Amino acid sequence: MASNLTRRGLLKGAATMACSAAAHPLMTSVTFAAAPWDARLVVLILRGGMDGIDAVRPVGDPAFRAARPGMSDPGVPLDGFYEMHPGLAALAPLWAAGELGFAHAVSTPYRDKRSHFDGQDLLEAGTAMDTALPRDGWLNRMLQTVPGLEGETAFAVGQDRLRILAGDAPVANWAPSVRFALSPQAQLLLEQVYEADPLFHSAASEATLLAASLASEVDAGETASDDMMAMMQERGGRSERALAAFAADRLSRDTRIAAFSINGWDTHRNQAGPMNARLESLADVILTLKQGLGPVWAKTTVLALTEFGRTVRENGTAGTDHGTGGAMLLAGGAVRGGQVFGRWPGLSEADLYDRRDLMPTADVRAYAAWAMRGAYGIGRGVLERDVFPGLDMGSDPKLLL
Amino acid sequence: MPSPATISAIPFGYGTGAGTAPRDAEAHLARLAGPDKILSRHAAVTMDDTLRLADEFRRARKRREALGGEAAYKAAREKVGAAFSAAATTALARIADTDDPLRERLLWLWADHFAVAPKNIVMRAVAPAYLDQAIRPNVTARFADLLKAVVTHPMMLSYLDQVQSIGPNSPAGKRRGAGLNENLAREVLELHTLGVGGPYTQDDVRQLAELFTGLSANHTDGFLFREAIAEPGPELVLGRTYGGGAPDVAHIFAVLEDLAIHPATAAHISRKLATHFVADDPDPALVTAIEAAWRTTGGDLMAVTEAMLTHPAAWGDTLEKARQPFDFLAATVIALGVRGEDLTRMPLRERQRAILRPLRAMGQPFMEPGGPDGWAEEADHWITPLGLAHRILWSGEAAKRAAPHAQEPSVFLKRALGDAASERLTWAVGVAETRADAVAIVLASPEFNRR
Repeated sequence: MASNLTRRGLLKGAATMACSAAAHPLMTSVTFAAAPWDARLVVLILRGGMDGIDAVRPVGDPAFRAARPGMSDPGVPLDGFYEMHPGLAALAPLWAAGELGFAHAVSTPYRDKRSHFDGQDLLEAGTAMDTALPRDGWLNRMLQTVPGLEGETAFAVGQDRLRILAGDAPVANWAPSVRFALSPQAQLLLEQVYEADPLFHSAASEATLLAASLASEVDAGETASDDMMAMMQERGGRSERALAAFAADRLSRDTRIAAFSINGWDTHRNQAGPMNARLESLADVILTLKQGLGPVWAKTTVLALTEFGRTVRENGTAGTDHGTGGAMLLAGGAVRGGQVFGRWPGLSEADLYDRRDLMPTADVRAYAAWAMRGAYGIGRGVLERDVFPGLDMGSDPKLLL
Repeated sequence: MPSPATISAIPFGYGTGAGTAPRDAEAHLARLAGPDKILSRHAAVTMDDTLRLADEFRRARKRREALGGEAAYKAAREKVGAAFSAAATTALARIADTDDPLRERLLWLWADHFAVAPKNIVMRAVAPAYLDQAIRPNVTARFADLLKAVVTHPMMLSYLDQVQSIGPNSPAGKRRGAGLNENLAREVLELHTLGVGGPYTQDDVRQLAELFTGLSANHTDGFLFREAIAEPGPELVLGRTYGGGAPDVAHIFAVLEDLAIHPATAAHISRKLATHFVADDPDPALVTAIEAAWRTTGGDLMAVTEAMLTHPAAWGDTLEKARQPFDFLAATVIALGVRGEDLTRMPLRERQRAILRPLRAMGQPFMEPGGPDGWAEEADHWITPLGLAHRILWSGEAAKRAAPHAQEPSVFLKRALGDAASERLTWAVGVAETRADAVAIVLASPEFNRR
């Protein structure tokens, strides 16, 4: 080992760092070779189990009003059968322009235990329920099928772990709020120290760059007072917009794929308030993406997916508990919007899953697969075998233009 | 290769420090079996203090609604914030001053197993008492006692919505048309006892939720059992009938006693213990040994901890786990020789700057896990580019502040890591240009960030 610990080793370390530094947004004027595709894909993970029946309300179903007496505030009419939650009202122009759609009664293969954590793991792993969970996520496996991708083709945005993008294909990371710390020599020494531990080594080059250069301008924590509650309340929407703005900026250049989380959908009680706030934030994220992407919006597909839907009937505390079938959202200039995809199973008791949940009539992975097929031309065989092992994509719902 | 004394100090404590850490399993267990001595220096938060603080805030809020009084409201709110951040500095101060570090590690293990987060300012006032009153006295008790303390604590009752849940056929339920919330019942089965793979169904969740009705809290007493909201009639949970007759919290305690000694609970939590202390993928023999102790003693946590600590597989010579951000800060406190009083005297602004914000940035805001499943165990959850970047930043700042008082880098290295430092790290510390750089490199090193 001693031979590595020489000045030459250090210089080699410095060269590696300079090279990867070129990839860094704040340090580069270099442009990369074009990515193999032009289409953009943004995947939003809605953690906590979004209530699809509230987000996209089946007001045409005779059982809806009885199941959801609390949801009497007027929604935004969509197609006569469905209404959109008023929290999504800002997206009405997108619906009219055919740039917003939904798929209803969808789910992952996850059933019965209704655990957020297992549900999210399965959503992001993209596998069936009875197989061992792979370490990588489906978006990363899709990237793995394309040789020679650049490190910034895909971005995991935000502080949350994104299993969906974890895996062997290179993925860049970004989140707001990091400050400067070490002397350049200390950084080089640290990189040498990290080399000996594979876990630290894999995180190190990006970590030292982040530590060295990203400024704290979007960090709510730096500007707010010491009043933590006020900070917590503000944090949600503002930081999500910052993530969307960052993603739009990257995507309008060399990045093709971005994913991030929008949390807070676990509405067990007094659902009206938090649901409205969450949906407004989701709408804001989508509009921020559209604005930031400019002309690139026309080539963009946004998919918003959640681990499961919620119970059909309101519970005793004006909320809903963990369920099965739910809804997904599609947006972007590339989608064939203005419609709610999927077969509606009905809300009468006999139609429900386990007599409590919306019966899924489609696998959410099939929609994601058709979106990737439409955007990137990935073969159906690859999608059903490598990206979503064992999935039957079914017939083409023609999601994209 | 780390010696047994180093293993004793790092995976089962917060580091070697000045040499007060127990050097073997026997020493750990002897101290753990004794009284919780550190409370004589850094006292426990009482439920009375907590209720008073919460009440003061509630009054200020009420007054503001009635007749204005923004300044008084803000002062009351800040007082709650100060008490909450003081819980973080007190926790670190206890670690700094204790000779019984395993007790502190167990406190945080169980606090994480029974994860809660404040949903509002009142619950922010209550959170420190949850640690000191529900968890801390029970880390060496029977698991059933710990479970009962948690399930009857206002913090948990609020966090998992139990205070809102009303038996639909109870007097209050009939009058108000209110109903059940199954959140706590589900998580007790899924997270706290049997585990998600455990032998329960949706019906068990529902029936347990009905049995749990009545668990409640108010502003003057904290926990209380309200018969008027309890669902009448017996409930069938995992094939056994509980309750019937007059509603009584004893029926709830009965089901918790049974859940605590259920074989699925023993298996689930034994694995969790081994995963938390030893390796993300622990030796099955270790898990089996812990599980056996659980079954033979009916979930006696002292015996369970002893079974883990005395098993050879717990004494492997590689440090496989990543220190979570709070443990990383605590280990820094030990390595730098910070005294408890330096922490408890920290002004509010400094607590926020030096402790609470960095924890948040590293991905572990104090007592605010993302959900009731608590913090992730996997090393690769914590050692991400961003997580590591924040650890590097914090190391740099801590080193700059400590450098004027720091010992020779080689002495500091020894104190921070015992004999767990690699040859490469020893070299890097030797060639660092400044004392601050050397300290920062040690703190940010893989060895110091593992346990």
